Amino acid sequence: MPKTDLGPPNYEQFLPPVIKENYGSWKYHEIVKPGVLKHVAKSGDVLYSVRVGSARLLSMDKILEYCDIADKYCGGYLRFTSRHNVEFLVSDEKNVEPLLNELKEKGLPVGGTGNSLKNIIHTQGWVHCHSAATDASGIVKAVMDEIYDYYTSMTLPAPLKISLACCLNMCGAVHCSDIAILGIHRTLPKINHEMVQKQCEIPTLIASCPTGAIKPNPKLKSVEVNPEKCMYCGNCFTMCPSMPIADPDNDGVALLVGGKVSNARTGPMFSRLAVPYLPNNPPRWPEVVDAIKNLIDVWAANARPGERYGEWIDRIGWESFFKLTGLPFTDKHIDDFIFSVPSFRSTTNFKW
Amino acid sequence: MSEDKKTPLLDELEKGPWPSFVTDMKKLAEKKPAVKDVLDQLELSYAEKKGHWKHGGIVGVTGYGGGVIGRYSDKPEEFPNVAEFHTMRINQPSGWFYTTDALRDILKTWDKFGSGLTNMHGATGDIILLGTTTQNLQPAFNEFSEKGWDLGGSGSDLRSPSCCVGPARCENACIDTLDICYNLTQEFQDELHRPMWPYKFKIKVSGCANDCVASVARADFSIVGTWRDTLNIDQAEVRAYANNGYDIKGMVVEKCPSNALEWDGKTLSIKSEECVRCMHCINKMPKALSVGQEKGATILIGGKATILKSAFLSWVLVPFMKMEPPYDEVKDLLRKIWEWWDENGKMRERVGELIYRKGMRVFLRDIGLDPVPQMVAAPRANPYFFWWPEEINK
Repeated sequence: MPKTDLGPPNYEQFLPPVIKENYGSWKYHEIVKPGVLKHVAKSGDVLYSVRVGSARLLSMDKILEYCDIADKYCGGYLRFTSRHNVEFLVSDEKNVEPLLNELKEKGLPVGGTGNSLKNIIHTQGWVHCHSAATDASGIVKAVMDEIYDYYTSMTLPAPLKISLACCLNMCGAVHCSDIAILGIHRTLPKINHEMVQKQCEIPTLIASCPTGAIKPNPKLKSVEVNPEKCMYCGNCFTMCPSMPIADPDNDGVALLVGGKVSNARTGPMFSRLAVPYLPNNPPRWPEVVDAIKNLIDVWAANARPGERYGEWIDRIGWESFFKLTGLPFTDKHIDDFIFSVPSFRSTTNFKW
Repeated sequence: MSEDKKTPLLDELEKGPWPSFVTDMKKLAEKKPAVKDVLDQLELSYAEKKGHWKHGGIVGVTGYGGGVIGRYSDKPEEFPNVAEFHTMRINQPSGWFYTTDALRDILKTWDKFGSGLTNMHGATGDIILLGTTTQNLQPAFNEFSEKGWDLGGSGSDLRSPSCCVGPARCENACIDTLDICYNLTQEFQDELHRPMWPYKFKIKVSGCANDCVASVARADFSIVGTWRDTLNIDQAEVRAYANNGYDIKGMVVEKCPSNALEWDGKTLSIKSEECVRCMHCINKMPKALSVGQEKGATILIGGKATILKSAFLSWVLVPFMKMEPPYDEVKDLLRKIWEWWDENGKMRERVGELIYRKGMRVFLRDIGLDPVPQMVAAPRANPYFFWWPEEINK
């Protein structure tokens, strides 16, 4: 019998010597150039971290390629970041430039530090999920190709974090991102009445609906959905496979902006709706790419140094945001879910 | 048969400077028929604008209720090599540090029993191994276990806790995020491997208020490092920034959210009682400013994404807690919260949603915490409040 409940291995065995010796005793860090961090310990020891963007969806061979590089320049030590970057941990300064040269040769992007575009965190999409309203890896690739230079430079007003979740379950939580790309449905679930009673527990299914749109249909021993209440979140499908909600002609992508998680200056903020719908247009989602390019360009041109996306909008006001970006403001932008009223404007102070 | 299939749509994603998952997968597909079928099925999804995976399916390994997610193609005749294509979640080491030996060892087993496809890492933090058969799950687990690796969480259990890089490589770390993450994960192995709760529960540990693992947005229980005394100022280094032309007034002092800083051109002073420890000034002048001496954590509760009752950001539960091994205080708090949630929660109700439904008043009393102003942005603006029986004249 295999051992169970081992838990993860102790991280200490994976720390390079320079980290073990200076654990908890770092003095400061600086960004030597985009993608290259230099951490200086109180002892005077120095650690360079070279950050490389990955596609998150990685073959074992790609990881072995990272391993070969880390063996060559880092004594076999590396780490990953919370945003799917690889960090090569270099304790010998002499190895930094040769490492950067090899990374360049191999076409591995170095960047994602300071006032740059960070790697896009994202979900599985059509590659491996049953509830995806759009693909994840494909959109991320198309968007990162277009705005690649922002990853490898530090020319933006502030850090820019983009996230993608391919349905409203948000297994990659995107609700506090500078720009959130969110797969959405726009039509009712199609009920397979025959299968509902076989596959699903009806009371649980009814309780799963956040707007109370589902009620029993005793005649069919199934349920029905009130089209006036359903906002296509897909939670019923999560509970019951007989309520498929995917609709190739209508599924697509919404964009939300202005969220952040850091507490620096301002507390964490939610992303808010900018573009209610863009079509799924694989393989390169040109409408999504263009819209994101526009969102970034307008912010980059108008924000003050150090202003995150949401801080910029807070200063200029949402009415100015819609004017500057040229995005239409629609009835979709006005919240009508359960905590909506505090988002209405209860002052006569606004701009034209 | 599947060798003949072409992927013209996906091929478009081989262009451009960002690393292409398609190129990567195509190479792997040369030796892994399952990956060839994933690509071909994905090509179909791109053509039809629709996913082709079936809804769930319960699979697992002996002794565990989670850690493996069943995945089946809805076109098994067309793509027989992904008829079963399950996910294994392997609990990541704290801070996602690896030696190349360890990574090679994991991949060796994954090559033997699986598709060779991975996510580094999943949204919760685990190593995600994408694609194996039902038959291979147990032998794969046995070998991982033999090598010292274990499954992560899934379903209605404690999900694998995760943490930022912390004191391993960050001068801002107010707590030992890596040790806390490791210690709590080891302490709560049963909770992590055997789903027994109303829904999922996520713990994330950030060393400071920069919150690099987004604990406030993404964890039911957020542990965020902070300090109680005054941040440290090295005046010589401050002047060095000024001498290098850095705009201390514009980029630091004027952006301080609580106007706690003053700069007269020679000395940077701080009104400690005004400081909210947001990290902005420290982020901007890391050589000159550093976190205080009396360190600990703020504990926040209730964060989650939108499903079901709107997205919540975690809110303050314990403004300051010392965080020293064996971390008994935080473990006791977690156990009390879980007990209350387990007793009162409805199916698929996150702890934050339960607190919203029952009220902070009831929650605080049941877990034995006193209300403090740090818990709220503002007191209520309505007169609809409850009294406890003992507060009323009999």
